[in-house]
Amino acid sequence: MSAPESIFRPFHHADAKRSDRSSGDRLRHRQKVRQSIRENIADIVAEESIIGKDRERIIKVPIRGIKEYRFVYGDNAPGVGQGDGESQPGQVVGQREGQGSGSGDRAGDRPGVDYYETDVTLEELIDIMFEDLELPDLERKKLREIAAQRLTKRKGYRAVGVRVRLDKRRTVKAKVRRRLATRHTSEHFPDDRKRFPFHDDDLIFRHMVTDTRKESNAVVLCLMDTSGSMDTMKKYLARSFFFLLYQFILTKYRNVEIVFIAHHTEANEVSEAEFFHKGESGGTFISSAYQKAVEIIEARYHPSLWNVYAFHCSDGDNFDSDNPAALRYAKALADLCNLFGYGEIKPLGSRYYESSMLNIFRRLEADHFQTVLIERKEDIWPSFKAFLAKDRGADAPTV
Amino acid sequence: MAASYDLTDLESWDARIRDKVQELGLDCYPQEFEICDHNQMLAYMAYSGMPSHYPHWSYGKAYEKLKTLYDYGISGIPYEMVINSNPALAYLMRDNSLLLQILTIAHVYGHNDFFKNNFTFKSTRAEYTISTFKAHGNRVRTYAENPSIGLEKVESVLDAAHAVSLQCRRNLAVRKRTPDEERQQLLDAARPPNDPFQRIHRRQEVVEPDLRKVPLTPDDDLLLFVRDHNPFLAEWEKDLLTIVHEEAQYFIPQIETKIMNEGWATYWHKRILDSLELPQEFQLEFIVRHNQVVRPFPGGLNPYHIGLRVWEDICRRYDAPTPSEAEELGRTHPTGTHKLFEVREADRDISFLRRHLTEDLMRDLHLFEYEAKGDDLVISEVADKDGWRQVKETLLKSVGMGGIPVIRVEDADYGQKRTLYLVHAHEGRDLQLEYSEKTLAYIYRLWQRDVALETVVNGKRALLTYNDHGFSTKTMK
Repeated sequence: MSAPESIFRPFHHADAKRSDRSSGDRLRHRQKVRQSIRENIADIVAEESIIGKDRERIIKVPIRGIKEYRFVYGDNAPGVGQGDGESQPGQVVGQREGQGSGSGDRAGDRPGVDYYETDVTLEELIDIMFEDLELPDLERKKLREIAAQRLTKRKGYRAVGVRVRLDKRRTVKAKVRRRLATRHTSEHFPDDRKRFPFHDDDLIFRHMVTDTRKESNAVVLCLMDTSGSMDTMKKYLARSFFFLLYQFILTKYRNVEIVFIAHHTEANEVSEAEFFHKGESGGTFISSAYQKAVEIIEARYHPSLWNVYAFHCSDGDNFDSDNPAALRYAKALADLCNLFGYGEIKPLGSRYYESSMLNIFRRLEADHFQTVLIERKEDIWPSFKAFLAKDRGADAPTV
Repeated sequence: MAASYDLTDLESWDARIRDKVQELGLDCYPQEFEICDHNQMLAYMAYSGMPSHYPHWSYGKAYEKLKTLYDYGISGIPYEMVINSNPALAYLMRDNSLLLQILTIAHVYGHNDFFKNNFTFKSTRAEYTISTFKAHGNRVRTYAENPSIGLEKVESVLDAAHAVSLQCRRNLAVRKRTPDEERQQLLDAARPPNDPFQRIHRRQEVVEPDLRKVPLTPDDDLLLFVRDHNPFLAEWEKDLLTIVHEEAQYFIPQIETKIMNEGWATYWHKRILDSLELPQEFQLEFIVRHNQVVRPFPGGLNPYHIGLRVWEDICRRYDAPTPSEAEELGRTHPTGTHKLFEVREADRDISFLRRHLTEDLMRDLHLFEYEAKGDDLVISEVADKDGWRQVKETLLKSVGMGGIPVIRVEDADYGQKRTLYLVHAHEGRDLQLEYSEKTLAYIYRLWQRDVALETVVNGKRALLTYNDHGFSTKTMK
């Protein structure tokens, strides 16, 4: 038998650069991951970890749904492994796949839980979340747009301009062109062979125009009941909802401000930390919060200049005597806002013996008013979508 | 190159290794080596080593997974990859040390010899491997770029086809019978046996076989069956099914001989390097690297380790049998090396282990059988005097294609409703139901009508069906 022939092909850097042939398939895979995130957004939003993080932050998102399914054996298929000689029947040698590592390299005859995490920035996640959501009442009135000037937009070239905007490349090209054009007349200018200086006509400047953009302002008013009946769980649900609302508004407007109003029997404007963490006690006058909100809007965020979004979270446990006032102020607030929402937070099991504002607000007739009921954290995303679906007519998703 | 050697070093070592390969009697295809960096290696791994392969997102996923594992240092990159083709194609990582390259080159020739000579690879048509894969790639790209088809539709068919690509015949050395042969066989089987006392016996009744049934006998090749019996598939869809089927057929021999093949290459790299008289400074690194490759995985099975041990044991038993083994072998028997070549030609993992993994060796390897109990994997049997048979049976069931359930097409017109009736050849192991549901959905997508799968769940016969209302299960009488 003769010796086999062989060839060696050396390594080429250029080939290595060029040969990234998996890029197309990787891109496609990433698109599928994105799609999977979008489909499972309700689960992800319910995860506590994303709430209240800043937008640059990288978060891990579990991905399900891009498994490659085949017929495989289930749990009652035994396997064979290799031990150290001390193995005895009954000894535990590992965990089932997906429950942790330690089972070694078992042949691919079982469905590993094909569950992995991917890194996305919160910003990316928010983009994905809001891709198919639209702001209700998107017709922004002219008055609410404020012109902002930016000086950066380039528009063509000019023969005159300031020195810093000189386009050297085009200037030199113009000179070369002029020189070529004078070739046949060079006997009249015998000196030109030695020196051919720039001429004013050669100079070309980049032209800039001022770019005027309509900018829009929005303010999000977060109103929350901080009375004794609002426990940590309820506050957490409220916080999740405010977070989504704020992030969403942020994607739609250039300049967004946020105002926190906490209330029990009286309302105060507070800082974010106080808003979420400070425990209060006592009873509830919802009207106080609405009144405060109306005051703030009139003082600082006049609706002719601002898009106003207000959302109020409460467990609905209001003093009966306050209800007519609450209704009145809610009407006033709804008229000032692009969208005003009331979210009643009733963790499961508590709704049957507590009073509810939902019934009372049913009487309120205002275009920009919307109520939602949140019972568990899984409800937040559907409720949020329903909340924004207001005013979008028949094609609004039903939740 | 990063390391302190260049291509001429590799070539001169390769020449020495080739001399040894010839001397030891290995029979190889011409060999091509390509030097690549780790990124290229990862890409080759994601595409099963093929220099050109059709695009599909699952390869992007494979790449990302490999890259993540590599970047975080959870798993390294194999030192080499060899493709079963003629000439054989192998990739060497340029960052490896010279000793590692030498070891790899020797290892590659082991695989090369195995590809050329093992019977399971006869069906793979090694001369055409590269061009076939390239043609497949071009065809899939053409369909994806065709505005009347598009990527989405191509992907949808490929997703479904990938899910059932391994539901096909396993032993490709056995020719598939043609429909005519099947018909003839059915008729022959129905004919009553020849009776020399016809005159005194009552005439035997002939039960005519149903020759209108489709398929006549259960069919293993699911993709081909769907391709040939679903009249609503477009030509490009049929072509995609063919492509996926052909690729699966190409890889089945490698699945079927994983332990033998890796063991064989490891056995020969060791013998070649031992005979090369390596300089002193290489010796230690060789021992370290070799032991990394063949170290047993606690709780799992390392095919390099198991394979190597079985090959070594075969060689020993024929060269230096113990008295009891000598008795069993008889007076004339081939030498160890001769026997090795015989086995590498005529076996695949399941027959290899059945014939050559002896009770003693199983005990030496400390093999055990485990089962899932709750969330734990618990040892149910160890390879001692009483238990080794059962451990071996379990092992034989799980090697090669044994890890893939056998599912055959029984009837294409079940209940006269064109329902595709599949039967799972159940032998103790149940199907994973969630995966079965999703896979049936894929078959439904391809077959475009109802699909039913007969299997056994928890000891009871069950029928899993998929139709336009979705998935359902019911127990059968």
